[in-house]
Amino acid sequence: MLLEIKNLRVSVHGKKIIKGLNLKVNAGEVHAIMGPNGTGKSTLAAVIAGREIFEVNDGEIIYKGKDLFDLSIEERAREGIFLGFQYPVEIPGVSMTNFMKTAIDEIRKYRGLPALSAGDFLKMMEEKKKLVEIQSNLTSRSVNQGFSGGEKKRNEIFQMAMLEPTLAILDETDSGLDIDALKIVANGVNKLRRPDNATIVITHYQRLLDYIVPDFVHVLYEGRIVKSGGKELALELEEKGYDWIKNELDA
Amino acid sequence: MTPDQGSNSRIMKKQPRIRPLKENMAKLHRQFAEEICRYDSPYLKELRDSALSTFMEKGFPSHELEAWRNTSLDEALEREYLFDFDVQQEKADINRIFRCEIHNFETFLFTQLNGWYIYENAPLTELPNGVIAGSLREAMKRHPQLFAEHYGRYADTGKNGLVALNTAFAMDGIFIMVPDNTELEKPIQWVNIVNAGEPMFLQPRHLVILGKNSKLTLVHCDDSIQKENTFINAVTEVFTGEGSTLDFYKLQNKDAGSNLVNSLFIHQEGGSRVQTNTITLNGGLIRNDVHSTIGGSQCETLLNGLYLVDRKQHVDNQVFVDHLKPENTSSQLYKGIVDDEADAVFNGHIHVAKDAQKTEAYQTNRNILLSENARVTTKPFLEIYADDVKCSHGATVGQLDPEALFYLRSRGICERNARMLLMYAFAAEVVGKINIDILRDRIDQMVQKRLKGELSICDQCVLHCKDERDIVFEIDMSKIPS
Ligand SMILES: Nc1ncnc2c1ncn2[C@@H]1O[C@H](COP(=O)(O)OP(=O)(O)OP(=O)(O)O)[C@@H](O)[C@H]1O
Ligand SMILES: [Mg+2]
Repeated sequence: MLLEIKNLRVSVHGKKIIKGLNLKVNAGEVHAIMGPNGTGKSTLAAVIAGREIFEVNDGEIIYKGKDLFDLSIEERAREGIFLGFQYPVEIPGVSMTNFMKTAIDEIRKYRGLPALSAGDFLKMMEEKKKLVEIQSNLTSRSVNQGFSGGEKKRNEIFQMAMLEPTLAILDETDSGLDIDALKIVANGVNKLRRPDNATIVITHYQRLLDYIVPDFVHVLYEGRIVKSGGKELALELEEKGYDWIKNELDA
Repeated sequence: MTPDQGSNSRIMKKQPRIRPLKENMAKLHRQFAEEICRYDSPYLKELRDSALSTFMEKGFPSHELEAWRNTSLDEALEREYLFDFDVQQEKADINRIFRCEIHNFETFLFTQLNGWYIYENAPLTELPNGVIAGSLREAMKRHPQLFAEHYGRYADTGKNGLVALNTAFAMDGIFIMVPDNTELEKPIQWVNIVNAGEPMFLQPRHLVILGKNSKLTLVHCDDSIQKENTFINAVTEVFTGEGSTLDFYKLQNKDAGSNLVNSLFIHQEGGSRVQTNTITLNGGLIRNDVHSTIGGSQCETLLNGLYLVDRKQHVDNQVFVDHLKPENTSSQLYKGIVDDEADAVFNGHIHVAKDAQKTEAYQTNRNILLSENARVTTKPFLEIYADDVKCSHGATVGQLDPEALFYLRSRGICERNARMLLMYAFAAEVVGKINIDILRDRIDQMVQKRLKGELSICDQCVLHCKDERDIVFEIDMSKIPS
């Protein structure tokens, strides 16, 4: 098993957000997490990535057999966890190239791999840019600064392609994308799929799942996963909305 | 510089060691009038006399003055310093003393050592195109008419006692005159080195005159490489004639024991363009006053600064832009990173006179505090008497953006490097304003080195110091709540 979340409880500033959540993800799988606004989807993603403002009150997360909470933010990334941000951060003055070079250098060092030469690094950048069809000048600019909403999302997938994660969590990577961009991004994610890695996509729209076909769909509601199923669950949600689940829970 | 053995008694006489008290200064001025006033024209003589009485009235600036509320000279003024009236302008092998680390940086190099102008060929160079550059003392002697026209016309002795004191005592410094319609093909690099082996009180005085439509780039490196305390009270006057362009880069990399008060007065005529960049990488106590008077229209004034201070360093930037005439644009951008117990002050004052309509005046001061004991005092002061103006100011004091830190770390970058990237990016905005590629790259490297704690104040110097002292600007993570 790649990732196992057991009875996770998380709060922020004393407010309980995740309230006993369980999830298992195996290598090779794609999981989709759906659910109404404000139910804790981004919080779950941030806790996996190591965001410190969230307080873990109970439960555990085992990743590749290790207690995830023993690892710092950067160690998690070096161990192959990647978070595609719902709201990518603008960092004026730090160029994409410098950012990616620093990240790759550190990750390779951590993994005991030889440093990449400047030439090989640039070659890699070019290849990965093609994968998500992003404009070449984007990488000479400051990280996300002045990027359009769609460019920011593509940039997340570009970074994912550069870092080749084992577990990618994509938080609403589809929001703000036009149809063509959506296909490009989905296509990029699919090309990066391997039997030894896994992807969790957080989304509000069934449409994305036409392109990135999930093995499992989960509904996160009020801090817990209240329903899981196959890809047809997404279609059912699209059709019936969340009231159907709420009613089922109340019954 | 080792004193000439045979002339010890002379040196004893001409190099008194004394506390810089008000009464002592008057005494020194009387005692060494012959040396001080040797080349004075009647105009200069009068200027000195009146400056001395202004100083006697005002004394050294104290906390009671609004502009000196956050910088105290008390401690520095309690010590004894060596005052040097033994004119030591001399030929020297400059390359033995100073080696610029910027390779292929072609400049005209002018050097001051312990306050005196030193030269390889002549104390004052007069080029065929009319450019005159070199020792202020020599220029005072040879060009009294230029002095009567410009010297002492811009430096307001009423501003504070130190400007008056400098005016009363000034003996040497750098003089540059670029005639009308002339452009120097290389920047002038002017290096000020202090290495006396004794605590010194220095009062360099500089005058830069740009003729109509002339163009000059100045790179001023202020280094001190000695353990002993120094007190430098420098005054620079700059006149930029109609349509002229001046880029003025100041690099300050000073010893912890140095006290530097730098007063820069700029007078701009119509259509001129001035940019100053003051980059402070290290210093004991540094005070930079920039006083810019815009006396014509269609001028541009860009005043930028960057300060990276730690330990007990103190840096105080006081900027005053005086919009006297309509249709001018000024912009101030000062940024600083302050660590340990360091203390940074920024005071930006914009004055727009009643008939200075269509003025655009902007001011930004941004600070990052890295420790709980570090301090920043920032105060904008907009004094606007015209009604058709665009003015803005913004000051911030904050920490590194935690969201950005998380983002960088979530890609595998360790906290230390993530902080470094953010700090470097923060500083890069100011460094990016440097127009000479090679100089910008070098200062960029120095800033990176400084942020990594690897910049030494000996970096540019080939003097034979006994101990190389590294400057530490390491980020102590434990101090910063994330
Ligand atoms: N830093 C924070 N401080 C206070 N409350 C927070 C913070 N972060 C999240 N919350 C709250 O936690 C709850 C869950 O937020 P979260 O962002 O995880 O929701 P979400 O399921 O991703 O919603 P959406 O679909 O709108 O993206 C919300 O009520 C939100 O306001
Ligand atoms: Mg969300």
